[in-house]
Amino acid sequence: MAQIFPRNANTLAKAGLVLGVVLVPVIAITAIWFFVWSDWSRHVGERYAPGQPVPYSHQLHVGGFQMQCQYCHNRIEEAAYANVPATETCMSCHSVVRTDSEKLAPVRASWETNTPIEWNKVHDLPDFVYFNHSVHVAKGVGCSTCHGNVAAMGETGVWKVNGLFMGWCLNCHRNPEQFLRPKEEIYNTEWEAPENQIEVGLALKQEYGIRSAHQLTNCAICHR
Amino acid sequence: MSNTPLDLQAVRENLANKPGQPVWRSLEQLANTEEFQELMEREFPRHASEMRDPVTRRNFLKLMGASLAMAGLTGCSIRQPQEKIVPYVRLPEEMIPGKPLFYATAHLFQGYAQGILVESHEGRPTKIEGNAEHPASLGKSDIFMQAAILQMYDPDRSQTIANAGTEKTWADFTGALTTAVANNGAGLRILSGTVTSPTLAAQIEQVLAANSGARWYVADSVGFDNTRVGAQLAFGENVNTVYDFTQANVVLAIDSDFFAYGPANVRHQRDFMSRRAIRSANPADASMNRLYVVEPIFTITGSNADNRLPIKASEVGEFARALAQTLGVSGAAAGTLPEKTTRFVAAVAADLQANRGTSAVIVGEGQPPEVHALVHAINAALGNVGTSVRYTAPIEALPAQAGTLADLVGEMNSGAVQSLVMLDVNPVYSASGDLRFAEALAKVPFSVHYGLYNDETAEKATWHIPGTHYLENWSDARAFDGTTTIIQPLIAPIYKTKSPHELLAALAGQADATGFDLVRATYGNNASGNFTRFWEESLNAGVVANTAAPTITPTLSTAFDFGSAPTTGEYELVFQPDTRIFDGSYANNGLLQELPHTISKITWDNAAYVAVSTAQKLGVTNGDIVTLTVGGQTVDAPIWILPGTAEGVVGVQLGYGRTKAGIVGTWEGRPVGFNASAIRSSTSPNFATAEGVAKTGGTYQFASTQDHYAIDYQNQTDLASTEAKNRHIAQAVTLAEYRDNPNVMNEHNHEVFTLYPKRQYTGYAWSMGIDLNVCTGCNACVMACNVENNIAVVGKTEVMRGREMHWIRIDRYFTGTGLDNPQVIHQPLGCQHCENAPCEVVCPVGATVHDSEGLNNMVYNRCVGTKYCSNNCPFKVRRFNFFQYNDMLYKFDMDSIKMMRNPDVTVRVKGVMEKCTYCVQRINEVRQDKVRLGQTIQDGEVITACQQACPTDAIVFGDLNDPNAQVTQRRKLPLTYTLLNELNVFARTSYMGMLKNPNPELAEA
Repeated sequence: MAQIFPRNANTLAKAGLVLGVVLVPVIAITAIWFFVWSDWSRHVGERYAPGQPVPYSHQLHVGGFQMQCQYCHNRIEEAAYANVPATETCMSCHSVVRTDSEKLAPVRASWETNTPIEWNKVHDLPDFVYFNHSVHVAKGVGCSTCHGNVAAMGETGVWKVNGLFMGWCLNCHRNPEQFLRPKEEIYNTEWEAPENQIEVGLALKQEYGIRSAHQLTNCAICHR
Repeated sequence: MSNTPLDLQAVRENLANKPGQPVWRSLEQLANTEEFQELMEREFPRHASEMRDPVTRRNFLKLMGASLAMAGLTGCSIRQPQEKIVPYVRLPEEMIPGKPLFYATAHLFQGYAQGILVESHEGRPTKIEGNAEHPASLGKSDIFMQAAILQMYDPDRSQTIANAGTEKTWADFTGALTTAVANNGAGLRILSGTVTSPTLAAQIEQVLAANSGARWYVADSVGFDNTRVGAQLAFGENVNTVYDFTQANVVLAIDSDFFAYGPANVRHQRDFMSRRAIRSANPADASMNRLYVVEPIFTITGSNADNRLPIKASEVGEFARALAQTLGVSGAAAGTLPEKTTRFVAAVAADLQANRGTSAVIVGEGQPPEVHALVHAINAALGNVGTSVRYTAPIEALPAQAGTLADLVGEMNSGAVQSLVMLDVNPVYSASGDLRFAEALAKVPFSVHYGLYNDETAEKATWHIPGTHYLENWSDARAFDGTTTIIQPLIAPIYKTKSPHELLAALAGQADATGFDLVRATYGNNASGNFTRFWEESLNAGVVANTAAPTITPTLSTAFDFGSAPTTGEYELVFQPDTRIFDGSYANNGLLQELPHTISKITWDNAAYVAVSTAQKLGVTNGDIVTLTVGGQTVDAPIWILPGTAEGVVGVQLGYGRTKAGIVGTWEGRPVGFNASAIRSSTSPNFATAEGVAKTGGTYQFASTQDHYAIDYQNQTDLASTEAKNRHIAQAVTLAEYRDNPNVMNEHNHEVFTLYPKRQYTGYAWSMGIDLNVCTGCNACVMACNVENNIAVVGKTEVMRGREMHWIRIDRYFTGTGLDNPQVIHQPLGCQHCENAPCEVVCPVGATVHDSEGLNNMVYNRCVGTKYCSNNCPFKVRRFNFFQYNDMLYKFDMDSIKMMRNPDVTVRVKGVMEKCTYCVQRINEVRQDKVRLGQTIQDGEVITACQQACPTDAIVFGDLNDPNAQVTQRRKLPLTYTLLNELNVFARTSYMGMLKNPNPELAEA
């Protein structure tokens, strides 16, 4: 009776085993890695903008009318939360401007029925992370460093430009000079780092009295 | 947990033979039982590693496999869920989302006001602190204030109006009320607890005036009856006594737990301990007051005594008469007393005489009126009136025609009561057993129970009206010195509840009146000038200006009945309010139920406390059930041997054995503890001769934490041996010894050498200082920590396994070589934040790491639950979430419990280690505010939860790198020491040793 398996079957089987033991985990880990870091999983990019109950356009209000960020996000300089505006803030203009707009119907409904508008959270940190806006703004971290150029985001609503991973946070907490900007540029949504950013950043770090990387990477800074 | 019967005689001899002043935790330790060794050698007892339900290994593996597969699936299939942001429609002007607001109001305890500031996050009250401007709290708090927040959010609170078990509307009720209360209120009776609210008092008066047939009774299960009648005896009128312990060098407490109860307990602790704190480095400057305590059972006050005399409650009166006689109070005479008592009387009398005008004598509610009258006479004879003691007109509102609960029951039984309105009382549970209140109530055709819970009385009454919590309604109340506080709501009523004012208004025919209008109307007339301004200022401050009652000088009657010694039997029952759930009104509060009793460290139970000698005589050991018989009524109670109890006394606590308290107080359908009220008699409610104390043969398992987290001994092979030395964890010496040897707390220390350079901290270096000398053991810090840090309640079974989650515990040590009257050291112990932390080096995942400010950070999201850290912690301060503890007693999905949580602290889940963080959320909040403004944190700006609550400022917190910080200053004092120095851990928490100031005349020969 002829041999079913040729002589080299042993070698093939061994090679297959080795490849299986090595390759399968490598492929699996790579796949998970790509998955976790993918834009899809972290909702990064315009494609993954969750959309909002009101097609509010930052492009129009900030880019077009040049409204200050703090007009709506009015607690950003004193509190942890930047504060998503109350319906009242919208109505301060829209009780006289565009009073019959279809797009603004939910805002008017909220105002009349005294029920809040439920916005979709875009920048959603895990519950064990405690982020404070006011400190960052006071120390030369501008809005666009994390949120991107919102003035270019239209009726789709805001989307994430960063995955908000811990490594991404630490990148700045370790070397803040890469991102620091002068105080007057904080709310400039189109700010771009100058050529000599590191030099400027180091000077600003000194000026703002920003603590050392060792201190800024204490776990309890964000986790408690 | 005591499974091995103790050989008490051997324990007694062993202790007597120990050299010096031994420090010991429990009888089990002295006997070196297996259970104790287990607890000492392991952080958790051996059987703790078993699953809660016996699961076979096979099933366990099956489950494990399945859950792993599921975990894999969920990990792959779900993206981050979409969360919502829900802003306000109209943002309140003063509100900054994410920043809490504080409102001043008052906490009600025994009917009196204690000023509080309530922290509110976006309209949710989350934490209660004392109000610095209020005389009763002075910015500090106690366990009841702290735990009241859970009472408000209690998911078991009554939510609907009910008539004979069916849901009704307010209109139904007011209709029925109008029909029932007719004919000038003939047969209408109102039963309430102590009332200090001017508005409520006026409303009751209004009802009584309009209904000539109506009558009002005031009866608490733990009230002020004896105090009231005693004042009447002494002065011929009712007066309110106000003590100022800052003026007293010598204090004598006669069966009085003035640290724990009463309208001014927080103030009393603070005033008293202000005369005990040693803040000077020179031992010659050290001065302390002296506290004598005469009492039947260890109380919080008694555990702080310099000299303590344990005697039967029935002998206390004789003691007072003998003291009065020695002090020359005319007419006072006592019979012959035991030698020990005579000696105590002589020494105390001499000390009080030497401190005329600067001493104070205080008596507890448990003693009969004539002893109260005697104490008034003693204070007058000592010239204390005007200095440490003053009198004011009564603060509480009282019926014109006084009557007791027994009188009311008499009326009910005779059929004279047609309608009964019960305001915030639970007499079916709490009334003395001989009154048979429930039977009398059945004879009343129309009865209304008003209260927070649908409790025992609600069940028996024809109507039940759910009450608002004081954090939900408008009201007012007065403090111990008369100061009025307007109570403002922090939140709209969570359920369809009514305030007591609205109920009384309905009784007066104004069914639609609101609490707000009624309370405002009270102050409409007496505010001169601008009412809005008066109203806003009063609310803002939490006190109405200039409302403290003026001092009066009542005339002492020269001849009143001094009373005589009651006959006592071999065994005497003493009824005490419980240190945690008081008279049972807090029975459904898990935080309080799980709080260890100050002395016995029992959780989730009451017990029959007996002295070692009594236990020997009865032949019982811990957990043996005995039947207690008084006046033909019996109750079965488990024994707990508590050294320091007077011989022959069986001490029982009220408030337990509730049959309809809720998921906590009536746990799994069974009452927690036994009901001591059942054997109380209305004629002698506070102590009584026991007709029988008989062993039933049954045993009971307690969950006492006294041996949990025991820190081992140097010579740990045989703890019972005389050579076994403790490791200087809790230290106490006398004031005289300290003066002779200022270095006494650190004598055991020696230089520790290390090859590594000591780390330098350049920024902040956080540190805590705890002064054992002024710690009263009141547990306020433990409770404040629980509420601040979202700490889970785990239940009795888990506590028995050593798994209570309290981040700060108070270890209670006994000292002395006698079992009959030991002294006590209370030692609060949380994470010590060691600079060389043993926990950090063993964590395989870096979940516990040191930060640049010296904090030992715990990173929950990294923790995988190996528990290596807690194995390696010499202080045993780490707590592991063996189960989803936040989902056990109170559930994750209970809306009201969700609202209670502190949003600044992570709610931990199963499998995660946790421990004291030095309130890092509070440090961060202050640091962020300061960083933004470019400033540095000054001393006193970061206040930890335990420090903020501590009535006596025993706890300080601050920056060791700030030479002027209080904590740095304290660390330099000779009394300061740190724990386990020999391990080279460099603990950041330091302790100041305890000093006792005993009378040398009373030294044991």
